[in-house]
Amino acid sequence: MCGIISVIDRSRNKMNGESIKNALSLMDERGSGEGAGYAVYGVYPEYADYYALHIFYDDLAEPKAAVEDLLEKWGKVEYDEEIPTYDQERLKKDHTPWRYFFKPDGSFFSGSTEEDSIIHIVNKINTEIDGALVFSSGKNIGIFKASGWPEDVANFYRIEDYEGYIWLAHNRYPTNTSGWWGGAHPFNLLDWSVIHNGEITSYGTNRRYIESFDYKCTMETDTEVVAYLADLLGRKHGLPEDLTVKALAPPFWDEIDKMSDDKKELYTALRMAYGPALMNGPFAIVIANAEGIIGFTDRIKLRPLVAAEAGDRLYISSEEAAIRRMENNLDRVWMPSAGEPVIGRFNK
Amino acid sequence: MTIGSTPVKYRIKIDQDLCMLCERCIENCSYGVFRREGQKIVPDFRKCTACHRCIAMCPRDAITLEEKPNDYRSHPLWTREAREAIYNQANSGRIILSGMGNAKDYPVIFDRLVLDACQVTNPSIDPLREPMELRTYIGKKPRKIEINTVKEGDYELKTKIAPNLKLETPVMIGHMSYGAISLNAQLAMAKAVNKVGTFMGTGEGGLHKDLYPYQNNMIVQIASGRFGVDINYLERGAAIEIKIGQGAKPGIGGHLPGEKVAEDVSKTRMIPLHSDAISPAPHHDIYSIEDLAQLVRSLKEATEWKKPVFVKIAAVHNVAAIAAGIAKSSADAVVIDGFRGGTGAAPRVFRDHVGIPVEAAIAAVDDKLREQGIRNEVSIIASGGLRDSADVTKAIALGADAVYIGTAALIAMGCRVCGSCYRGLCPWGIATQRPELVSRINTDEAAQNVENLINGWTLELAELMGAAGINSIESLRGNRDRLRGYLLDEGIMEVLDVKMIGA
Repeated sequence: MCGIISVIDRSRNKMNGESIKNALSLMDERGSGEGAGYAVYGVYPEYADYYALHIFYDDLAEPKAAVEDLLEKWGKVEYDEEIPTYDQERLKKDHTPWRYFFKPDGSFFSGSTEEDSIIHIVNKINTEIDGALVFSSGKNIGIFKASGWPEDVANFYRIEDYEGYIWLAHNRYPTNTSGWWGGAHPFNLLDWSVIHNGEITSYGTNRRYIESFDYKCTMETDTEVVAYLADLLGRKHGLPEDLTVKALAPPFWDEIDKMSDDKKELYTALRMAYGPALMNGPFAIVIANAEGIIGFTDRIKLRPLVAAEAGDRLYISSEEAAIRRMENNLDRVWMPSAGEPVIGRFNK
Repeated sequence: MTIGSTPVKYRIKIDQDLCMLCERCIENCSYGVFRREGQKIVPDFRKCTACHRCIAMCPRDAITLEEKPNDYRSHPLWTREAREAIYNQANSGRIILSGMGNAKDYPVIFDRLVLDACQVTNPSIDPLREPMELRTYIGKKPRKIEINTVKEGDYELKTKIAPNLKLETPVMIGHMSYGAISLNAQLAMAKAVNKVGTFMGTGEGGLHKDLYPYQNNMIVQIASGRFGVDINYLERGAAIEIKIGQGAKPGIGGHLPGEKVAEDVSKTRMIPLHSDAISPAPHHDIYSIEDLAQLVRSLKEATEWKKPVFVKIAAVHNVAAIAAGIAKSSADAVVIDGFRGGTGAAPRVFRDHVGIPVEAAIAAVDDKLREQGIRNEVSIIASGGLRDSADVTKAIALGADAVYIGTAALIAMGCRVCGSCYRGLCPWGIATQRPELVSRINTDEAAQNVENLINGWTLELAELMGAAGINSIESLRGNRDRLRGYLLDEGIMEVLDVKMIGA
């Protein structure tokens, strides 16, 4: 189960969270009230040069002091505040969400990139500081998630108050791990955010692979590895988005065998180098970064995915009905083939 | 005559009503158990090895064999084996030899690992209706690939991929040399791997010319004795394997007795007729990991960097660190042979007491290579006592890329694991060079048997993967989430890094 929906406005016209909340709530049958979340890109224009660290605190005593010590050591916090929330009858506030607009100190990361230092800080907080969890760490993006139904989570954060040019939303039906705030989607690392419907049966392989590149899995769920894999293949190894998808959900050998020699060589190399990143099992995934969104399913399409366009907007969702809740007047609706990426990038 | 004779181990019965005196048992028993006395076939129990050839060939099912119960005074410590070993050594003053794999009653870790299956939310995949990919590449993989964008959506590969072996199933046949086993046995296996799309090892016995037609499916081996090694041999192999150690006898070399060095064996091994072929324990040109790296590179240089080079070691205590060193020596694959690995001949004390189980070795090596960030750049081949497709699946889930089978392939050709391979009298024509015994193997029939075995295991592996919701072998490899430990102690679970049942 699980319901996913995402939208990009290719002209960077901003949309507020109202309509995606309604669309996600339409798919309540795909969830169990144990997790929902929203990601929005372009949400903090006034702090666009800062990493927006969203952190769940179990309490505001030790963990908060430990995190702030660490942030102070590694860079500068320009501004921080508790993320405003509004009590909801059906949602139990397990954590206090806080946001920091942070810039790492360049002198600390000679030899590695600024992004690597943020990954290091996120890993450190998530593995070493009890009671603190970084769940969003990109520039000019924010994740808002909790355990609860889509409409309750949206109202808890008053999601309609935020606006951006990419939105991702997820309604969770946890079947393998418990429903907890950190386990709700979207998952995020730096600019990468992921929503996912399904189960990744290759998780054990993917996790061991990604951990050998120093990523640490802390969210107790399979979706987390997708964000890390996207970061590794896309940012660190420099693969374009479509080839990243072809590494994660590659063509079958039968198809590769029928390709022209050049292509066969490329796709064989891709599978040989990135075999442990190949994702198996039933899934429909949307990954977003600062450049756009990309949606794809597993190689035999065991989970639904539908795409649609209306003007500059591209929608990717589990259900056409959800898309139509956002925009009924669609120019084109289609069902992407298994493993074939649907890519939405901003107009140049 | 202080010690006298020991009690017989096997008792053979011949049903005289069924026996028609055809004498096939006499013809078939290379150990000379049977003789005819008038209107009766009379067995000499003491010569029997329980090879079952007589039973398999009796047209009337008149022969039965049973392991005779221990008639020593029973004792939990001083078992029959312990006592007889002492009698044997008190008589001979020698090392006790044995054949096949470890015969001690250690718990089999494979049997205490259970696999996963999908239920409702994560559908299983039906291999009869959906693609199931077992293709495996063995060899060096790049850490990342680099491309040129020709135009949007059109790319050109910049990274040069090192030569790899392409397997259609992750099951290969390990190295059993010509000399230790017969040419017909090797030929049968070569035909089978050629048909199935996998590979087999030559062992350290060289490559007989009759195997040339199958050379594209052969991995040539170099052991310390360098038998049969010249540039022609290296160039014929699809890959080259340096054997440092063997699971059945870690730390020691090999010995093929002169009686097994018949004319063809002597030619293939490039050694004098009937001379003992002794490969020393150490390679005298490898006394350090740097030396090994040099040899790996020399072999690559000699074959123009066109062939992957593997290094085989026995699973021992510090196997992970050793394997990591090998991985950094430019080797393309590390072969780990567990302490249940078979052999034609090994001192019994080594076979039964030295080394570690391959399950733990795979897990430790895979962990170490990941820790060092090089796991994906080198392949792991696991061997040593794999008995069925479940063992193969578990070995891969623990972290192996592929497996070598040895004893299982011999069993597919008739071997009954009697453990007397070192005597050169194998009545099944496998571990022998006697022409009259070798000719008992019809290579086409035996090839079909081996092919059937690998195909059967491959089908089962695909089914097990499908049940776990996995349609590509890459996603099974190192996927320890698909395993749970059952009746394993905490220490072993920690080494294997698997959760316990119910978790």
